[in-house]
Amino acid sequence: MRESRWWILSLSAAALMVVLLTLHMGLMHLSGLMKVLGVDPGDVRSFAAVMERGRSLAQMVFYLLFLGAALYHGLYGLRSVLLEVTPPRGQGVLSGLVLAAGLLAFAYGAYVTVRTFTG
Amino acid sequence: MAERTHGAVETGIVTVTVRVSRFHPETDRSSGQQDYLVPAGPGMTVLDALVYIKEHLDGSLAYRSSCRMGICGSCGMFISGLPRLACQTQIRALGPVVTVEPLPNYPVVRDVVPDLEPMVTHHTAVRPFIVRGGEEQEYPTAEYLQTPVELDAYLQFAYCIKCGICLSACPTLATDPAFAGPQALAQVYRYSADSRDDGRRARLGAVDIAHGIWRCHLAGACTEACPKGVDPALAIQLLKRLIVADVLGIGRRRGPAPVAPPDMQAQRRPDIPAAPPATVPGGSGAQKNQP
Repeated sequence: MRESRWWILSLSAAALMVVLLTLHMGLMHLSGLMKVLGVDPGDVRSFAAVMERGRSLAQMVFYLLFLGAALYHGLYGLRSVLLEVTPPRGQGVLSGLVLAAGLLAFAYGAYVTVRTFTG
Repeated sequence: MAERTHGAVETGIVTVTVRVSRFHPETDRSSGQQDYLVPAGPGMTVLDALVYIKEHLDGSLAYRSSCRMGICGSCGMFISGLPRLACQTQIRALGPVVTVEPLPNYPVVRDVVPDLEPMVTHHTAVRPFIVRGGEEQEYPTAEYLQTPVELDAYLQFAYCIKCGICLSACPTLATDPAFAGPQALAQVYRYSADSRDDGRRARLGAVDIAHGIWRCHLAGACTEACPKGVDPALAIQLLKRLIVADVLGIGRRRGPAPVAPPDMQAQRRPDIPAAPPATVPGGSGAQKNQP
């Protein structure tokens, strides 16, 4: 695949993260600001609230998308940095290692999310 | 010759210490430095100083130069901490001590002579010429039609003199020798934006690779260093736009410029001599069109 497709995917992941991260920060960490804006997310960090969110299909999709976008964007950036110090003959191995790390991390994150959803 | 201290009188002669990097590949394992005292008059360039050193002080000094007027791009050197053309750099503007080193990011042939092979390799790999399909490439029949607006799209990038200074300023190349580099990437845009060209797809494919255009950090050092005012960083950004549009299938697509039909009605004025016969068989055919 042409390198531009990976690059465009990385930019798309960044754009998606802007939306998802804004939602995440607004609901989870900036409740004071949200109240000023007229939205009261409630006590979102209590155990009960976390478990309740975990059983929501929308929240599961949200977290899986967030996980995938963040992992792809971050690992593509890491690969770009490492490519600069890797000779061309080693770039296939490097890409393979980064892909494996990404799949492993996604599988682990997805397992936790899905397991929480299914109870 | 009246010698004065540096900067005392603009019109006089000042003595400048030229600290030149010395390296002989057959005898040296690493480069050293050698100081030369050069009497510098008004208007003297660093290249003039090197010529003076070679003619009067040390004939073993090696440097590369040709036109002495910023056209050929031969005398790119790392002068007092910046990559520049020696023939365009006024020596008295650099202070009493001027360091002259070979361009970074290149192997050194000897002293301040860099081996420009990496740049040439990347440059030739991107097909830096007008590509046309069919017979027109090998047997051109007429000129291509191009408007002034179409010319403006690539003109500034055509001023590249292949001096290699942009590559020596590039931070990406400092860590990634396989990176295509700003010179080749700017030339990809120069030819891909040329309305006469029909080789864009192959050219873009040559730089749309892991060590290609996407490794540019957009530091802009290439643009700052270019002695001809070319803006390779801009070309790289425009090239990214071209590639993304190509991959996503968006944007306006145009065919290559049409060949201008010969003007069959034109009459040669009697006081203008006829064109000489074509030197290449099946050439331009200008002779045939003359009345």
